[in-house]
Amino acid sequence: MAGSGTAPLRDPDVALLRVEHLTVEFPAGRGRRVHAVSDVSFDVYPGETLGLVGESGCGKSTTGRAIMQISRPTGGSVKLAGREIVGTTGEALRQIRPEMQMIFQDPISSLNPRRRVGDIVAQPLEIWHRGDAEARTAKVRELLGAVGLDPDTAMGRRPHQFSGGQCQRISIARALALEPTLLICDEPVSALDVSVQAQILNLLEDMKARYGLTMIFIAHDLAVVKNVSDRVAVMYLGKLCEIAPPDELYRNPAHPYTRALLSAIPIPDPTVRPRRREGVAGEIPSPLAPPSGCRFRTRCPRTTSRCETEEPAMTAAGDGHFVACHHPVVEPAPVAG
Amino acid sequence: MPVPQQPDLTALPSSSSAQRAAAVLVGSGTSGATVDDGQVLRRRLPLSFWISAVFLAIIVLAAVTADWLPFVDPVEDYDPQALAAGPSGEHLFGTTSNGNDVLSIVVQGARTSLIVGLFAVALGFFFGGLLGLVAGYFRGWFDTVISAVIDILLAFPALVLALAIVSFKGPSLTVVTITLGILAIPAVARVARAATLQYASREFVLAARTLGASHKRVIFREVLPNVVIPMAAVSLVAVAVVMVAESGLAFLGAGVPADTPSWGSLMKLGQGQLDKGAAHICLFPAAALFITVYSLNTIGDTLRQRFDVGRGVL
Repeated sequence: MAGSGTAPLRDPDVALLRVEHLTVEFPAGRGRRVHAVSDVSFDVYPGETLGLVGESGCGKSTTGRAIMQISRPTGGSVKLAGREIVGTTGEALRQIRPEMQMIFQDPISSLNPRRRVGDIVAQPLEIWHRGDAEARTAKVRELLGAVGLDPDTAMGRRPHQFSGGQCQRISIARALALEPTLLICDEPVSALDVSVQAQILNLLEDMKARYGLTMIFIAHDLAVVKNVSDRVAVMYLGKLCEIAPPDELYRNPAHPYTRALLSAIPIPDPTVRPRRREGVAGEIPSPLAPPSGCRFRTRCPRTTSRCETEEPAMTAAGDGHFVACHHPVVEPAPVAG
Repeated sequence: MPVPQQPDLTALPSSSSAQRAAAVLVGSGTSGATVDDGQVLRRRLPLSFWISAVFLAIIVLAAVTADWLPFVDPVEDYDPQALAAGPSGEHLFGTTSNGNDVLSIVVQGARTSLIVGLFAVALGFFFGGLLGLVAGYFRGWFDTVISAVIDILLAFPALVLALAIVSFKGPSLTVVTITLGILAIPAVARVARAATLQYASREFVLAARTLGASHKRVIFREVLPNVVIPMAAVSLVAVAVVMVAESGLAFLGAGVPADTPSWGSLMKLGQGQLDKGAAHICLFPAAALFITVYSLNTIGDTLRQRFDVGRGVL
């Protein structure tokens, strides 16, 4: 999988977020480097939700953090509403912060255990001196109400008095307090029960509509991503494999890795016989020394000598569908549905 | 083409999900709150805590009000009729070999010990806490340097260092307090650093940064409220250690000046009388020191456990 190339990029004047050749590497000692994200390009239009999927360690969270400038990109460009934000530091970066916010995976660790919920949600308003104390309280009440919590009981309590799902609601309220344009959700429901997951996903949809949000939704659960995304990007070992609208991606996965991921989704129906999986063999290679050429070739059923030497570039495989593979699959996914 | 079947998580009508969720949450508002705020504090404290608190209260109260209590002056007043006399109605704790009232000296000595203990630890709490927070939050070369200095200071025999400084600067209440305060800095700094490391990696710190909070704000508003509890617990124990050190210095003749009443110098005075039927001169200040240190340790432990529970609830 290779996924270099900027073919999936669309009109830069429309895109709210445009990520080009994003590269994040971490020093790993003795001169080695972890290639967490390598030459990833994508864009997000205003009001869109981009789903970012891949297995653990594929660099999807690092991509989100690199956009937020929490993990500093070692290369490439991130443009928010046309403005380059890679390389901004200090006060200049701080001034950009309110425009993009992030929701983290662990809802409990995201909230300071020693502060009251009212103070936690008011914190962004305090930092930016928005309104007086009275206006802030009103805003906090509005936000808590919007995320489905009762402001009267919630404001005076501390995070440990809430469940994981409720804590995630508080995190969402805090992230929305500054009315950001871009919201990056880093596995926001992975730590929650399935029933609570649905509530939080619905809430995010509601918030998206209510506050006109553009979202990047990072997850490893394809079923979750399919339902919230306008476009889905599949990552493997720091590279993009495939990017397409969810229906197209799930119906006609062109990349062997995407097919393997989709075939791994269990069918919650006891009358359906488990199908033969198009699984992949082996383990994900070390990001310290990623394979040459296509990074997926060591586990790919369709690999040839070309994949060893030449990295496939993103090419169009349909309407809004881009795939980075020398030997894309053309027949539809062999799954009952 | 057939689409893979999967749990359709958003199949529920999403238009009214916020209201629906609100109804659910408001309904479960009370049961969702598992621990009431006051409950943590209201839960019964062990008897040992209360006994310790009472002892400590008596000693602190005696030290504070010593000037107004009907005690004889521990230095000026002496009773030539009762030299090294045992406890009696007139001298509850007996007298020294000079005829001074032991009870007066113990009470005034408590004041010395408490002043040295509290001020030295306040010094250590402030500077140690600051160093530990900054080192643990920013990491990097500053952390490496601070940690190395902490390790060196903790490895150095504290009493020897204190003896050296006090003999060099001359014995005074201020010198003893500052010296022991400097020795308290690494102990507090190490605890503050360890706790900071633990909390600085939590996502609420990252969240505060992405909200645009300055490092200063994150350190003092987000990290410090979590770190101050283990710091306070270790500081109570540090007060006990400093009081022992103060007595130790006085016992060695390198503590507060000779005319300042101190448990340590009283024990030194009584040392020669131990085998001459006047053990009370030594025993009363020793008992006062023991009870104070034991109480501080017990209270410190109880408070730490109590707040560890709060963290366990998370």
